Amino acid sequence: MAEQRTIKVDYMARVEGEGALDVLIEDQEVKDVKLRIFEPPRFFEAFLRGRSFMEAPDITARICGICPVAYQMSAVHAMEDACGVKVDGPLRALRRLLYCGEWIESHVLHIYMLHAPDFLGKSNVVELAAQHPEIVQRGLRLKKAGNEIVALMGGREIHPINVRVGGFYRIPTPGEFATLAEKLKAARDDALATVAWVKGFEFPDFEQDYEFVSLSHPAEYPFNEGRIVSSRGLNINARDYHEHFAEEHVPHSTALHCRLKARGHYKVGPLARYALNHDLLSPLARQAAQDAGLGRVCCNPFQSIVVRAVETVYAVDEALRILEAAERPHQPCVELRPRAGRGLAATEAPRGLLHHTYELDEQGRITFAQIIPPTSQNQATIEADLRRFIAPRLHLPDDQLRWQCEQAVRNYDPCISCSTHFLKLNVERR
Amino acid sequence: MSTVIIGIGNRDRADDGAGPALVDRLAAAGLAGVRLAVAPGDMLSVLDLLDGASVAILVDAMKAGLEAGAVQRLDVSSSPFKGELSAFASSHVIGLGDAIELARTLGRLPPRVIIYGVEARDFTPGHGLSGPVEAALVELEHKIREDCACTKPH
Repeated sequence: MAEQRTIKVDYMARVEGEGALDVLIEDQEVKDVKLRIFEPPRFFEAFLRGRSFMEAPDITARICGICPVAYQMSAVHAMEDACGVKVDGPLRALRRLLYCGEWIESHVLHIYMLHAPDFLGKSNVVELAAQHPEIVQRGLRLKKAGNEIVALMGGREIHPINVRVGGFYRIPTPGEFATLAEKLKAARDDALATVAWVKGFEFPDFEQDYEFVSLSHPAEYPFNEGRIVSSRGLNINARDYHEHFAEEHVPHSTALHCRLKARGHYKVGPLARYALNHDLLSPLARQAAQDAGLGRVCCNPFQSIVVRAVETVYAVDEALRILEAAERPHQPCVELRPRAGRGLAATEAPRGLLHHTYELDEQGRITFAQIIPPTSQNQATIEADLRRFIAPRLHLPDDQLRWQCEQAVRNYDPCISCSTHFLKLNVERR
Repeated sequence: MSTVIIGIGNRDRADDGAGPALVDRLAAAGLAGVRLAVAPGDMLSVLDLLDGASVAILVDAMKAGLEAGAVQRLDVSSSPFKGELSAFASSHVIGLGDAIELARTLGRLPPRVIIYGVEARDFTPGHGLSGPVEAALVELEHKIREDCACTKPH
């Protein structure tokens, strides 16, 4: 009779949203891995139908409390695409500034509060703080710097209200920009210290052959704009996304899985952005990556914590660059008129590519909306990682295997709330 | 001695707005010498709100299987209360219990910290407070004034 072993994580901690992981092991072989997402469907795409195109950034910002800016940015770019308008110059720069704030907030939350405890044998940030209070204080300071950017450009720290199609509702004063720049100078040192801290963690030997997918822009590390490219030759306009990618329903998840039609699962997020855009990091961020021992490409998902730290250096550095160059826009927004049509855009959420598609009628009412978040694009790759990760570790007792599987899932900083939207791990051994 | 009263929750989700609504009541009626604040989402922001206070009173919605509007008072000044806190509703990565224990570990917890939990009935987006929760705020305001040893200004 076959020996079966089931490992279950029924309610996974330190991820955003509600999910579970089921692993079936039969005769010392991994038979099945399912990342089950059971957070109820959230119907945002249906809420959007019938609403004005101008409401999309405020409605979609409610999809996630961790990365609302990403939803707002993909929404405004898609709407501007539909209206045939391009927002450029100082307004475009201020959108990048706002995105810097969200990357800092989100990356630092994940590095310090959610992921670092795994590497240091702690079950949560409170245990980490008991042993390393000064490190956790640094993380809190750095996260606060990100909050300050989002609060200034977005109007408040969570679910920003200052973003509109065409630009912003209010542009901060020169004095407010100067105050923010002063606060960020100290944050740059904290960001560099973060890279120096996490590079010393012990990483499992787990290099994977991924197809990385991210935005790519000729002149800048991508936030808002660029072509969608991959490490295996994909190079497309965001408008052509649906010709190359397809969402499919899997019974164990309320979030759809997204695949490349030609080649199946792929990976979005910090490792993908880094691999495809390394040369566009600021000199300080590139140096930090080199000092951390990262090559131009990093294929070990456990080292995503280092790449997030490098991207945090970049985000602080880029925010300061924008603030120092500060050219205040003459108008807070570009005026635009709706027209019937289709708008598509992708931006780089902290967890990876976030694609929005909308169709508008001639009054600018939304008749169709499709939102493809990074976690749903990464789900199949998370499952593939787990199959390969578990196979050589079957000798481990269930508790230890469960811990390591959770850590492997957290490599992705999955935002389950976004993709549908807590995770439990079940390992069954037969 | 400085006191901060923090209302935790989302005003747009029915009874989750109990904390902010209580803060609104105190602000409208006047409460001298007390700092009032609202924490709508990110519980890590509570650490910053606690800084500099010697007394902190926090009000949050909870789901503890009690009757809607029931109020529970926890004095967490000196003892961890994580187990009890798991009954408090939070959809965020860092819950209120984690934030309080993190503040304690980092030496950022005021000497006196009291948490009031108000049993919620409804978390429907777009709804206002339910009747029982609205009614509970009257008595809760009195209790908090007693905690502060404060009275309305005349």
